[in-house]
Amino acid sequence: MNPVISAKKLSLTFPSNDGPVHALSEVDLDINAGEFVSFIGPSGCGKTTFLRVVADLETPTGGEVTVNGKSPHEARMNRDYGYVFQAPALLPWRTVERNVALPLEIIGMGKKEKAEHIKRTLEMVNLTGFEKSYPWQLSGGMQQRASIARALAFDADLLLMDEPFGALDEIVRDHLNEQLLKLWNDTKKTIAFVTHSIPEAVYLSTKIVVMSPRPGRVIDVIQSTLPDERPLDIRESKEFFDIAHRVREGLRAGHSYDEE
Amino acid sequence: MFSAIMKSKLMQGKTLPVLIIVSLILIVWYVMAVRLNTPWQLGVYERSDVTEWTTSQFINDTLNQDRPVLPSVHQVAIELWNTTGAKFGSCWGKASDEQSLGIISKTWETIVCASTSRRSLIYHAWITLSATLLGFTIGSVLGISLAIGIVHSRAMDKSMMPWIIASQTIPILAIAPMIIVVLNAVGVSGVLPKALISTYLSFFPIAVGMVKGFRSPETIQLDLMYTYAASKSQVFWKLRWFSAMPYLFTSMKIAISISLVGAIVGELPTGAVAGLGARLLSGSYYGQTVQIWSALFMAAALAAILVSLVGVVERFATAKMGARA
Repeated sequence: MNPVISAKKLSLTFPSNDGPVHALSEVDLDINAGEFVSFIGPSGCGKTTFLRVVADLETPTGGEVTVNGKSPHEARMNRDYGYVFQAPALLPWRTVERNVALPLEIIGMGKKEKAEHIKRTLEMVNLTGFEKSYPWQLSGGMQQRASIARALAFDADLLLMDEPFGALDEIVRDHLNEQLLKLWNDTKKTIAFVTHSIPEAVYLSTKIVVMSPRPGRVIDVIQSTLPDERPLDIRESKEFFDIAHRVREGLRAGHSYDEE
Repeated sequence: MFSAIMKSKLMQGKTLPVLIIVSLILIVWYVMAVRLNTPWQLGVYERSDVTEWTTSQFINDTLNQDRPVLPSVHQVAIELWNTTGAKFGSCWGKASDEQSLGIISKTWETIVCASTSRRSLIYHAWITLSATLLGFTIGSVLGISLAIGIVHSRAMDKSMMPWIIASQTIPILAIAPMIIVVLNAVGVSGVLPKALISTYLSFFPIAVGMVKGFRSPETIQLDLMYTYAASKSQVFWKLRWFSAMPYLFTSMKIAISISLVGAIVGELPTGAVAGLGARLLSGSYYGQTVQIWSALFMAAALAAILVSLVGVVERFATAKMGARA
Protein backbone atom coordinates (compact mmCIF):
# COMPACT_ATOMS: atom_id res chain seq x y z
CA MET A 1 0.00 0.00 0.00
CA ASN A 2 1.34 3.40 -0.94
CA PRO A 3 1.63 5.93 1.88
CA VAL A 4 -0.77 8.89 1.83
CA ILE A 5 2.02 11.31 2.65
CA SER A 6 5.60 10.48 1.83
CA ALA A 7 8.51 12.82 2.55
CA LYS A 8 12.07 12.09 1.48
CA LYS A 9 14.93 14.29 2.63
CA LEU A 10 12.44 17.16 2.78
CA SER A 11 14.10 20.48 3.58
CA LEU A 12 12.85 24.04 3.79
CA THR A 13 15.09 27.01 4.46
CA PHE A 14 13.79 30.54 4.98
CA PRO A 15 16.19 33.39 4.35
CA SER A 16 16.33 35.88 7.22
CA ASN A 17 18.47 38.79 8.34
CA ASP A 18 20.32 36.57 10.81
CA GLY A 19 21.17 34.05 8.12
CA PRO A 20 19.09 31.16 6.78
CA VAL A 21 16.55 29.49 9.09
CA HIS A 22 16.33 25.73 8.63
CA ALA A 23 12.65 25.15 9.29
CA LEU A 24 12.88 21.58 8.01
CA SER A 25 16.05 19.60 7.58
CA GLU A 26 16.08 16.31 5.64
CA VAL A 27 12.81 14.98 7.03
CA ASP A 28 11.98 11.39 6.05
CA LEU A 29 8.49 10.32 6.94
CA ASP A 30 5.67 8.13 5.65
CA ILE A 31 2.07 8.44 6.76
CA ASN A 32 -0.20 5.55 5.80
CA ALA A 33 -3.91 5.55 5.13
CA GLY A 34 -6.04 5.54 8.25
CA GLU A 35 -3.23 6.59 10.58
CA PHE A 36 -3.63 9.33 13.17
CA VAL A 37 -0.22 11.00 13.25
CA SER A 38 0.68 13.71 15.75
CA PHE A 39 3.59 16.07 15.36
CA ILE A 40 4.96 17.31 18.63
CA GLY A 41 7.86 19.56 19.49
CA PRO A 42 8.67 23.06 20.72
CA SER A 43 8.03 26.21 18.66
CA GLY A 44 10.27 26.42 15.62
CA CYS A 45 10.69 22.66 15.19
CA GLY A 46 8.95 22.77 11.82
CA LYS A 47 5.83 20.79 12.67
CA THR A 48 3.48 23.43 11.29
CA THR A 49 5.84 24.03 8.37
CA PHE A 50 5.69 20.33 7.50
CA LEU A 51 1.89 20.48 7.42
CA ARG A 52 1.95 23.64 5.32
CA VAL A 53 4.32 22.01 2.83
CA VAL A 54 1.95 19.06 2.52
CA ALA A 55 -0.89 21.53 1.96
CA ASP A 56 1.09 23.42 -0.72
CA LEU A 57 1.04 26.56 1.45
CA GLU A 58 4.88 26.51 1.51
CA THR A 59 7.33 25.36 -1.14
CA PRO A 60 10.17 23.09 0.01
CA THR A 61 13.72 24.06 -0.91
CA GLY A 62 15.01 20.48 -1.03
CA GLY A 63 13.90 16.87 -1.08
CA GLU A 64 10.58 15.48 -2.13
CA VAL A 65 7.09 15.11 -0.78
CA THR A 66 4.07 13.38 -2.28
CA VAL A 67 0.42 13.44 -1.21
CA ASN A 68 -1.59 10.50 -2.52
CA GLY A 69 1.33 9.91 -4.88
CA LYS A 70 0.98 13.44 -6.32
CA SER A 71 2.80 16.70 -5.78
CA PRO A 72 1.25 18.90 -3.07
CA HIS A 73 0.12 21.32 -5.79
CA GLU A 74 -1.74 18.60 -7.67
CA ALA A 75 -3.20 17.31 -4.44
CA ARG A 76 -4.47 20.79 -3.56
CA MET A 77 -5.96 21.30 -7.02
CA ASN A 78 -7.64 17.92 -6.60
CA ARG A 79 -8.93 18.91 -3.12
CA ASP A 80 -7.32 15.84 -1.59
CA TYR A 81 -7.18 17.26 1.94
CA GLY A 82 -9.09 19.36 4.42
CA TYR A 83 -7.11 21.83 6.51
CA VAL A 84 -8.00 22.99 10.02
CA PHE A 85 -6.11 26.08 11.14
CA GLN A 86 -5.04 27.21 14.61
CA ALA A 87 -7.90 29.71 14.66
CA PRO A 88 -11.40 28.80 13.44
CA ALA A 89 -11.14 31.41 10.62
CA LEU A 90 -14.90 31.31 10.11
CA LEU A 91 -16.30 34.06 7.92
CA PRO A 92 -18.19 36.27 10.39
CA TRP A 93 -20.89 37.23 7.88
CA ARG A 94 -21.85 33.61 7.24
CA THR A 95 -23.93 31.37 9.48
CA VAL A 96 -22.48 28.02 10.57
CA GLU A 97 -24.12 26.15 7.72
CA ARG A 98 -23.05 28.75 5.17
CA ASN A 99 -19.49 28.54 6.51
CA VAL A 100 -19.53 24.79 6.03
CA ALA A 101 -21.01 25.40 2.58
CA LEU A 102 -18.07 27.62 1.56
CA PRO A 103 -15.77 24.87 0.21
CA LEU A 104 -18.76 23.17 -1.39
CA GLU A 105 -19.71 26.37 -3.21
CA ILE A 106 -16.13 26.67 -4.41
CA ILE A 107 -16.05 23.19 -5.88
CA GLY A 108 -19.46 23.93 -7.41
CA MET A 109 -21.54 21.28 -5.68
CA GLY A 110 -25.26 21.05 -6.46
CA LYS A 111 -27.79 22.44 -4.02
CA LYS A 112 -29.29 19.18 -2.84
CA GLU A 113 -25.99 17.38 -2.42
CA LYS A 114 -24.64 20.42 -0.60
CA ALA A 115 -27.48 20.34 1.94
CA GLU A 116 -26.79 16.63 2.60
CA HIS A 117 -23.09 17.23 3.13
CA ILE A 118 -23.75 20.11 5.50
CA LYS A 119 -26.24 18.09 7.53
CA ARG A 120 -23.93 15.08 7.76
CA THR A 121 -20.77 16.98 8.69
CA LEU A 122 -22.54 19.11 11.29
CA GLU A 123 -23.85 15.90 12.84
CA MET A 124 -20.30 14.55 12.95
CA VAL A 125 -19.11 17.49 15.06
CA ASN A 126 -22.30 17.67 17.15
CA LEU A 127 -23.40 21.06 15.88
CA THR A 128 -26.87 20.06 14.73
CA GLY A 129 -29.26 22.83 15.77
CA PHE A 130 -26.70 25.58 15.30
CA GLU A 131 -27.00 25.80 11.50
CA LYS A 132 -28.40 29.33 11.55
CA SER A 133 -26.08 30.71 14.25
CA TYR A 134 -23.42 33.24 13.44
CA PRO A 135 -19.85 32.54 14.61
CA TRP A 136 -19.98 35.25 17.31
CA GLN A 137 -22.92 33.44 18.88
CA LEU A 138 -20.80 30.30 19.44
CA SER A 139 -18.19 29.47 22.09
CA GLY A 140 -14.55 29.03 21.05
CA GLY A 141 -14.88 25.23 21.13
CA MET A 142 -18.01 25.28 18.99
CA GLN A 143 -16.35 27.62 16.49
CA GLN A 144 -13.43 25.23 16.14
CA ARG A 145 -15.87 22.34 15.69
CA ALA A 146 -17.58 24.31 12.93
CA SER A 147 -14.21 24.79 11.25
CA ILE A 148 -13.56 21.03 11.49
CA ALA A 149 -16.97 20.42 9.91
CA ARG A 150 -15.95 22.78 7.12
CA ALA A 151 -12.72 20.81 6.57
CA LEU A 152 -14.70 17.57 6.47
CA ALA A 153 -17.41 18.91 4.19
CA PHE A 154 -16.09 17.76 0.83
CA ASP A 155 -15.09 14.30 2.02
CA ALA A 156 -11.34 14.51 1.60
CA ASP A 157 -9.70 11.38 3.01
CA LEU A 158 -6.86 13.36 4.52
CA LEU A 159 -7.31 15.85 7.35
CA LEU A 160 -4.47 18.24 8.20
CA MET A 161 -4.92 19.85 11.61
CA ASP A 162 -2.60 22.59 12.82
CA GLU A 163 -2.96 22.92 16.61
CA PRO A 164 -6.74 23.11 16.26
CA PHE A 165 -7.34 23.05 20.02
CA GLY A 166 -4.32 25.12 21.06
CA ALA A 167 -6.39 28.16 22.05
CA LEU A 168 -9.02 26.26 24.03
CA ASP A 169 -9.13 25.51 27.74
CA GLU A 170 -8.28 22.02 28.93
CA ILE A 171 -11.80 20.88 29.74
CA VAL A 172 -13.11 21.81 26.30
CA ARG A 173 -9.98 20.32 24.78
CA ASP A 174 -10.54 16.94 26.50
CA HIS A 175 -14.05 16.89 25.20
CA LEU A 176 -13.03 17.75 21.65
CA ASN A 177 -10.22 15.17 21.72
CA GLU A 178 -12.75 12.50 22.57
CA GLN A 179 -15.04 13.63 19.77
CA LEU A 180 -12.18 13.78 17.30
CA LEU A 181 -11.15 10.22 18.13
CA LYS A 182 -14.70 9.05 17.62
CA LEU A 183 -14.86 10.88 14.31
CA TRP A 184 -11.59 9.27 13.24
CA ASN A 185 -12.83 5.83 14.31
CA ASP A 186 -16.06 6.31 12.36
CA THR A 187 -14.58 7.71 9.17
CA LYS A 188 -11.13 6.08 9.11
CA LYS A 189 -9.67 9.23 7.63
CA THR A 190 -5.94 9.85 7.67
CA ILE A 191 -5.20 12.64 10.13
CA ALA A 192 -2.01 14.65 10.53
CA PHE A 193 -2.26 16.62 13.76
CA VAL A 194 0.12 19.25 15.10
CA THR A 195 0.15 19.85 18.85
CA HIS A 196 2.09 21.26 21.76
CA SER A 197 0.55 18.93 24.26
CA ILE A 198 2.11 15.58 25.16
CA PRO A 199 -1.10 14.07 26.65
CA GLU A 200 -3.07 15.17 23.61
CA ALA A 201 -0.52 13.58 21.24
CA VAL A 202 -0.41 10.32 23.18
CA TYR A 203 -4.14 10.09 23.64
CA LEU A 204 -5.05 10.70 20.00
CA SER A 205 -2.30 9.18 17.89
CA THR A 206 -1.44 5.87 16.35
CA LYS A 207 1.93 7.38 15.51
CA ILE A 208 3.76 10.25 17.22
CA VAL A 209 6.44 12.21 15.43
CA VAL A 210 8.74 13.98 17.89
CA MET A 211 10.54 16.95 16.36
CA SER A 212 13.22 19.37 17.50
CA PRO A 213 14.20 22.86 16.39
CA ARG A 214 17.29 24.47 14.80
CA PRO A 215 17.29 22.77 12.40
CA GLY A 216 13.73 21.39 12.35
CA ARG A 217 14.11 17.63 12.20
CA VAL A 218 12.50 14.36 13.27
CA ILE A 219 13.98 12.95 16.51
CA ASP A 220 11.76 9.95 17.06
CA VAL A 221 8.75 8.24 15.50
CA ILE A 222 6.71 6.35 18.11
CA GLN A 223 4.20 3.70 17.08
CA SER A 224 1.46 3.78 19.71
CA THR A 225 0.56 0.55 21.47
CA LEU A 226 -2.78 1.89 22.72
CA PRO A 227 -5.92 0.22 21.30
CA ASP A 228 -8.12 2.07 18.79
CA GLU A 229 -10.94 2.35 21.31
CA ARG A 230 -9.74 4.87 23.88
CA PRO A 231 -11.91 6.01 26.75
CA LEU A 232 -10.71 9.20 28.48
CA ASP A 233 -9.40 7.26 31.50
CA ILE A 234 -6.91 5.38 29.34
CA ARG A 235 -4.78 8.35 30.21
CA GLU A 236 -4.33 6.92 33.70
CA SER A 237 -2.88 3.65 32.38
CA LYS A 238 0.75 2.55 32.57
CA GLU A 239 0.93 2.13 28.79
CA PHE A 240 -0.10 5.75 28.37
CA PHE A 241 2.60 6.95 30.77
CA ASP A 242 5.22 4.81 29.03
CA ILE A 243 4.48 6.42 25.68
CA ALA A 244 4.37 9.90 27.23
CA HIS A 245 7.72 9.14 28.83
CA ARG A 246 9.23 8.17 25.48
CA VAL A 247 7.91 11.40 23.93
CA ARG A 248 9.54 13.37 26.73
CA GLU A 249 12.80 11.50 26.26
CA GLY A 250 12.71 12.38 22.58
CA LEU A 251 12.07 16.04 23.35
CA ARG A 252 14.95 16.02 25.84
CA ALA A 253 17.29 14.43 23.30
CA GLY A 254 16.35 17.23 20.92
CA HIS A 255 17.30 19.80 23.60
CA SER A 256 13.73 21.02 23.68
CA TYR A 257 13.90 21.51 27.44
CA ASP A 258 17.14 23.54 27.38
CA GLU A 259 16.97 27.15 28.50
CA GLU A 260 16.79 29.50 25.58
CA MET B 1 -43.38 63.23 37.97
CA PHE B 2 -43.64 64.33 34.35
CA SER B 3 -40.72 66.70 34.69
CA ALA B 4 -38.68 63.93 36.33
CA ILE B 5 -39.33 61.67 33.34
CA MET B 6 -38.50 64.46 30.94
CA LYS B 7 -35.34 65.19 32.87
CA SER B 8 -34.08 61.63 32.89
CA LYS B 9 -34.89 61.24 29.19
CA LEU B 10 -33.08 64.46 28.39
CA MET B 11 -30.05 63.46 30.44
CA GLN B 12 -29.75 60.02 28.94
CA GLY B 13 -30.24 60.87 25.29
CA LYS B 14 -28.43 63.20 22.97
CA THR B 15 -31.27 65.73 23.15
CA LEU B 16 -29.96 67.89 25.95
CA PRO B 17 -26.37 68.28 24.73
CA VAL B 18 -27.63 69.04 21.23
CA LEU B 19 -30.10 71.61 22.58
CA ILE B 20 -27.36 73.30 24.58
CA ILE B 21 -25.04 73.54 21.59
CA VAL B 22 -27.83 74.79 19.32
CA SER B 23 -28.84 77.52 21.74
CA LEU B 24 -25.21 78.58 22.18
CA ILE B 25 -24.85 78.86 18.40
CA LEU B 26 -28.10 80.89 18.20
CA ILE B 27 -26.92 83.29 20.90
CA VAL B 28 -23.53 83.82 19.28
CA TRP B 29 -25.21 84.24 15.90
CA TYR B 30 -27.64 86.95 17.07
CA VAL B 31 -24.90 88.83 18.94
CA MET B 32 -22.72 88.75 15.84
CA ALA B 33 -25.64 89.79 13.63
CA VAL B 34 -26.29 92.88 15.76
CA ARG B 35 -22.61 93.77 15.83
CA LEU B 36 -21.95 93.27 12.11
CA ASN B 37 -25.11 95.04 10.98
CA THR B 38 -24.67 98.04 13.30
CA PRO B 39 -22.58 100.29 10.95
CA TRP B 40 -25.11 100.01 8.14
CA GLN B 41 -28.01 100.62 10.51
CA LEU B 42 -26.34 103.76 11.87
CA GLY B 43 -25.93 104.98 8.27
CA VAL B 44 -29.60 104.36 7.58
CA TYR B 45 -30.64 106.36 10.63
CA GLU B 46 -28.29 109.22 9.69
CA ARG B 47 -29.61 109.44 6.14
CA SER B 48 -33.22 109.45 7.26
CA ASP B 49 -32.54 111.89 10.10
CA VAL B 50 -33.62 109.56 12.84
CA THR B 51 -31.77 110.85 15.84
CA GLU B 52 -33.48 109.10 18.69
CA TRP B 53 -34.04 105.39 18.99
CA THR B 54 -34.41 102.87 21.76
CA THR B 55 -32.10 99.92 22.19
CA SER B 56 -34.81 97.38 21.41
CA GLN B 57 -35.80 99.30 18.29
CA PHE B 58 -32.18 99.41 17.18
CA ILE B 59 -31.65 95.68 17.73
CA ASN B 60 -34.90 94.92 15.95
CA ASP B 61 -33.81 97.02 12.97
CA THR B 62 -30.35 95.45 12.75
CA LEU B 63 -31.89 91.99 12.72
CA ASN B 64 -34.33 92.78 9.93
CA GLN B 65 -32.30 94.59 7.27
CA ASP B 66 -32.95 93.84 3.61
CA ARG B 67 -29.32 93.10 2.78
CA PRO B 68 -27.61 92.49 6.09
CA VAL B 69 -23.93 91.64 6.38
CA LEU B 70 -25.00 88.72 8.52
CA PRO B 71 -28.67 87.80 8.23
CA SER B 72 -30.38 86.73 11.43
CA VAL B 73 -31.56 83.18 11.89
CA HIS B 74 -35.25 83.98 11.57
CA GLN B 75 -34.66 85.82 8.27
CA VAL B 76 -32.98 82.73 6.86
CA ALA B 77 -35.71 80.51 8.27
CA ILE B 78 -38.43 82.66 6.69
CA GLU B 79 -36.61 82.72 3.35
CA LEU B 80 -36.22 78.93 3.52
CA TRP B 81 -39.91 78.52 4.23
CA ASN B 82 -40.95 80.94 1.49
CA THR B 83 -38.87 79.10 -1.10
CA THR B 84 -39.87 75.60 -0.05
CA GLY B 85 -42.97 74.95 2.07
CA ALA B 86 -44.84 78.08 1.11
CA LYS B 87 -44.37 77.20 -2.55
CA PHE B 88 -46.62 74.22 -2.03
CA GLY B 89 -49.28 76.48 -0.59
CA SER B 90 -49.30 78.92 -3.49
CA CYS B 91 -49.06 76.10 -6.04
CA TRP B 92 -51.96 74.34 -4.38
CA GLY B 93 -53.98 77.52 -4.72
CA LYS B 94 -53.11 77.76 -8.42
CA ALA B 95 -53.99 74.11 -9.02
CA SER B 96 -57.28 74.56 -7.19
CA ASP B 97 -58.30 77.32 -9.59
CA GLU B 98 -58.69 74.70 -12.29
CA GLN B 99 -62.04 73.17 -11.41
CA SER B 100 -61.64 70.18 -13.67
CA LEU B 101 -58.78 68.61 -11.74
CA GLY B 102 -59.29 65.71 -9.30
CA ILE B 103 -57.53 65.56 -5.96
CA ILE B 104 -54.72 63.29 -7.17
CA SER B 105 -53.87 65.30 -10.25
CA LYS B 106 -54.17 68.47 -8.18
CA THR B 107 -51.58 67.08 -5.74
CA TRP B 108 -49.37 66.08 -8.65
CA GLU B 109 -49.72 69.52 -10.23
CA THR B 110 -48.75 71.08 -6.91
CA ILE B 111 -45.65 68.94 -6.56
CA VAL B 112 -44.58 69.62 -10.15
CA CYS B 113 -45.21 73.35 -9.75
CA ALA B 114 -43.41 73.61 -6.39
CA SER B 115 -40.39 71.74 -7.63
CA THR B 116 -40.03 73.46 -10.99
CA SER B 117 -40.57 77.09 -10.05
CA ARG B 118 -37.42 79.18 -10.46
CA ARG B 119 -38.05 80.77 -7.12
CA SER B 120 -38.29 77.39 -5.44
CA LEU B 121 -35.28 76.19 -3.51
CA ILE B 122 -36.55 72.63 -3.98
CA TYR B 123 -36.04 73.12 -7.71
CA HIS B 124 -32.48 74.35 -7.26
CA ALA B 125 -31.70 71.65 -4.70
CA TRP B 126 -32.96 69.00 -7.09
CA ILE B 127 -30.72 70.31 -9.89
CA THR B 128 -27.70 70.03 -7.61
CA LEU B 129 -28.84 66.75 -6.11
CA SER B 130 -29.22 65.05 -9.48
CA ALA B 131 -25.67 66.02 -10.43
CA THR B 132 -24.48 64.88 -6.99
CA LEU B 133 -26.12 61.47 -7.24
CA LEU B 134 -25.02 60.86 -10.81
CA GLY B 135 -21.46 61.91 -9.99
CA PHE B 136 -21.45 59.82 -6.82
CA THR B 137 -22.67 56.76 -8.67
CA ILE B 138 -20.06 57.09 -11.39
CA GLY B 139 -17.42 57.86 -8.75
CA SER B 140 -18.32 54.79 -6.70
CA VAL B 141 -18.20 52.48 -9.71
CA LEU B 142 -14.93 54.04 -10.87
CA GLY B 143 -13.39 53.92 -7.38
CA ILE B 144 -14.38 50.30 -6.77
CA SER B 145 -13.17 49.25 -10.24
CA LEU B 146 -9.83 50.95 -9.70
CA ALA B 147 -9.49 49.27 -6.30
CA ILE B 148 -10.25 45.85 -7.81
CA GLY B 149 -7.59 46.43 -10.45
CA ILE B 150 -5.05 47.69 -7.94
CA VAL B 151 -5.57 44.77 -5.55
CA HIS B 152 -5.28 42.17 -8.30
CA SER B 153 -2.54 43.62 -10.45
CA ARG B 154 0.87 44.62 -9.19
CA ALA B 155 1.43 46.69 -12.31
CA MET B 156 -1.75 48.70 -11.61
CA ASP B 157 -0.80 49.07 -7.97
CA LYS B 158 2.55 50.56 -8.94
CA SER B 159 1.33 52.68 -11.85
CA MET B 160 -2.12 53.95 -10.81
CA MET B 161 -1.79 54.81 -7.14
CA PRO B 162 0.56 57.82 -7.59
CA TRP B 163 -1.77 59.25 -10.26
CA ILE B 164 -4.83 58.77 -8.11
CA ILE B 165 -3.18 60.66 -5.29
CA ALA B 166 -1.81 63.34 -7.63
CA SER B 167 -5.30 63.90 -9.07
CA GLN B 168 -6.45 65.18 -5.70
CA THR B 169 -3.70 67.77 -5.38
CA ILE B 170 -5.18 69.79 -8.24
CA PRO B 171 -7.60 72.38 -6.84
CA ILE B 172 -11.08 71.48 -8.03
CA LEU B 173 -11.90 75.18 -8.56
CA ALA B 174 -9.11 75.34 -11.14
CA ILE B 175 -10.11 72.28 -13.06
CA ALA B 176 -13.90 72.59 -12.87
CA PRO B 177 -14.36 75.29 -15.55
CA MET B 178 -12.01 73.43 -17.88
CA ILE B 179 -13.96 70.21 -17.56
CA ILE B 180 -17.17 72.10 -18.37
CA VAL B 181 -15.64 73.96 -21.32
CA VAL B 182 -13.91 70.92 -22.80
CA LEU B 183 -16.99 68.74 -22.48
CA ASN B 184 -19.16 71.49 -23.99
CA ALA B 185 -16.75 71.65 -26.92
CA VAL B 186 -17.29 67.97 -27.62
CA GLY B 187 -21.03 68.39 -27.30
CA VAL B 188 -21.58 67.09 -23.78
CA SER B 189 -23.68 69.44 -21.69
CA GLY B 190 -26.42 69.38 -19.10
CA VAL B 191 -26.06 67.42 -15.89
CA LEU B 192 -23.13 65.21 -16.94
CA PRO B 193 -20.28 67.74 -16.87
CA LYS B 194 -21.24 68.81 -13.34
CA ALA B 195 -21.62 65.19 -12.30
CA LEU B 196 -18.13 64.47 -13.59
CA ILE B 197 -16.73 67.11 -11.26
CA SER B 198 -18.44 65.26 -8.40
CA THR B 199 -16.96 62.05 -9.75
CA TYR B 200 -13.51 63.60 -9.82
CA LEU B 201 -13.76 64.28 -6.09
CA SER B 202 -15.71 61.23 -4.94
CA PHE B 203 -13.86 58.39 -6.65
CA PHE B 204 -10.79 59.09 -4.53
CA PRO B 205 -11.98 58.12 -1.02
CA ILE B 206 -13.78 55.12 -2.50
CA ALA B 207 -10.70 53.89 -4.38
CA VAL B 208 -8.36 54.36 -1.42
CA GLY B 209 -10.83 52.91 1.08
CA MET B 210 -11.64 49.90 -1.05
CA VAL B 211 -8.00 49.08 -1.77
CA LYS B 212 -7.58 48.86 1.98
CA GLY B 213 -10.87 46.97 2.34
CA PHE B 214 -10.09 44.40 -0.35
CA ARG B 215 -6.74 43.80 1.35
CA SER B 216 -8.31 43.46 4.80
CA PRO B 217 -8.93 39.66 4.87
CA GLU B 218 -6.58 37.92 7.29
CA THR B 219 -3.76 35.71 6.02
CA ILE B 220 -5.46 32.70 7.58
CA GLN B 221 -8.64 33.37 5.58
CA LEU B 222 -6.65 33.74 2.36
CA ASP B 223 -4.75 30.52 3.19
CA LEU B 224 -8.08 28.80 3.69
CA MET B 225 -9.31 29.85 0.24
CA TYR B 226 -5.95 28.75 -1.17
CA THR B 227 -6.34 25.25 0.27
CA TYR B 228 -9.70 25.05 -1.54
CA ALA B 229 -7.90 25.95 -4.76
CA ALA B 230 -10.39 28.84 -5.10
CA SER B 231 -10.12 31.04 -8.19
CA LYS B 232 -9.31 34.75 -7.92
CA SER B 233 -12.89 35.68 -8.59
CA GLN B 234 -14.15 33.25 -5.92
CA VAL B 235 -11.72 34.76 -3.42
CA PHE B 236 -13.00 38.17 -4.42
CA TRP B 237 -16.73 37.50 -4.26
CA LYS B 238 -16.73 35.20 -1.24
CA LEU B 239 -14.06 36.86 0.88
CA ARG B 240 -12.65 40.21 -0.22
CA TRP B 241 -15.97 41.85 -1.08
CA PHE B 242 -17.57 41.13 2.28
CA SER B 243 -14.41 41.96 4.22
CA ALA B 244 -14.41 45.35 2.50
CA MET B 245 -18.00 46.29 3.47
CA PRO B 246 -17.13 48.42 6.53
CA TYR B 247 -14.58 50.30 4.42
CA LEU B 248 -17.10 50.76 1.62
CA PHE B 249 -19.65 52.53 3.78
CA THR B 250 -17.11 54.72 5.52
CA SER B 251 -15.70 55.89 2.21
CA MET B 252 -19.18 56.28 0.70
CA LYS B 253 -20.15 58.67 3.50
CA ILE B 254 -17.14 60.83 2.70
CA ALA B 255 -17.66 60.47 -1.03
CA ILE B 256 -21.32 61.47 -1.08
CA SER B 257 -20.73 64.65 0.90
CA ILE B 258 -17.83 65.74 -1.31
CA SER B 259 -19.93 64.84 -4.36
CA LEU B 260 -22.33 67.53 -3.20
CA VAL B 261 -19.45 69.96 -2.79
CA GLY B 262 -18.29 69.00 -6.30
CA ALA B 263 -21.72 69.64 -7.80
CA ILE B 264 -21.99 73.06 -6.12
CA VAL B 265 -18.46 74.01 -7.13
CA GLY B 266 -19.28 72.84 -10.64
CA GLU B 267 -22.09 75.40 -10.79
CA LEU B 268 -20.06 78.33 -9.53
CA PRO B 269 -17.54 79.18 -12.28
CA THR B 270 -19.75 78.19 -15.19
CA GLY B 271 -22.52 80.69 -15.03
CA ALA B 272 -25.11 78.06 -14.25
CA VAL B 273 -28.59 79.52 -13.86
CA ALA B 274 -30.02 76.78 -11.70
CA GLY B 275 -28.78 74.82 -8.71
CA LEU B 276 -27.63 75.67 -5.21
CA GLY B 277 -24.29 76.90 -6.59
CA ALA B 278 -26.12 79.25 -8.92
CA ARG B 279 -28.17 80.56 -5.99
CA LEU B 280 -24.99 81.21 -4.04
CA LEU B 281 -23.47 83.01 -7.01
CA SER B 282 -26.47 85.18 -7.87
CA GLY B 283 -26.93 85.92 -4.18
CA SER B 284 -23.41 87.25 -3.96
CA TYR B 285 -23.79 89.29 -7.21
CA TYR B 286 -26.81 91.14 -5.87
CA GLY B 287 -25.83 91.23 -2.19
CA GLN B 288 -28.70 88.91 -1.32
CA THR B 289 -27.11 87.52 1.82
CA VAL B 290 -30.36 85.98 3.03
CA GLN B 291 -30.56 84.01 -0.21
CA ILE B 292 -26.93 82.87 0.15
CA TRP B 293 -27.46 81.67 3.68
CA SER B 294 -30.64 79.83 2.90
CA ALA B 295 -28.90 78.09 -0.02
CA LEU B 296 -26.10 77.18 2.37
CA PHE B 297 -28.55 75.72 4.85
CA MET B 298 -30.26 73.79 2.10
CA ALA B 299 -26.88 72.36 1.05
CA ALA B 300 -26.09 71.42 4.64
CA ALA B 301 -29.46 69.73 5.06
CA LEU B 302 -28.95 67.84 1.79
CA ALA B 303 -25.53 66.65 2.91
CA ALA B 304 -26.92 65.51 6.24
CA ILE B 305 -29.74 63.61 4.54
CA LEU B 306 -27.40 61.97 2.02
CA VAL B 307 -24.89 60.87 4.66
CA SER B 308 -27.61 59.47 6.90
CA LEU B 309 -29.13 57.64 3.92
CA VAL B 310 -25.78 55.90 3.43
CA GLY B 311 -25.90 55.14 7.16
CA VAL B 312 -29.34 53.54 6.79
CA VAL B 313 -28.10 51.34 3.93
CA GLU B 314 -25.07 50.46 6.04
CA ARG B 315 -27.22 49.39 8.99
CA PHE B 316 -29.36 47.29 6.67
CA ALA B 317 -26.31 45.66 5.10
CA THR B 318 -24.57 44.89 8.40
CA ALA B 319 -27.78 43.39 9.76
CA LYS B 320 -27.94 41.21 6.63
CA MET B 321 -24.36 40.19 7.29
CA GLY B 322 -25.24 38.91 10.75
CA ALA B 323 -23.62 41.62 12.82
CA ARG B 324 -24.19 41.68 16.57
CA ALA B 325 -27.47 43.36 17.33
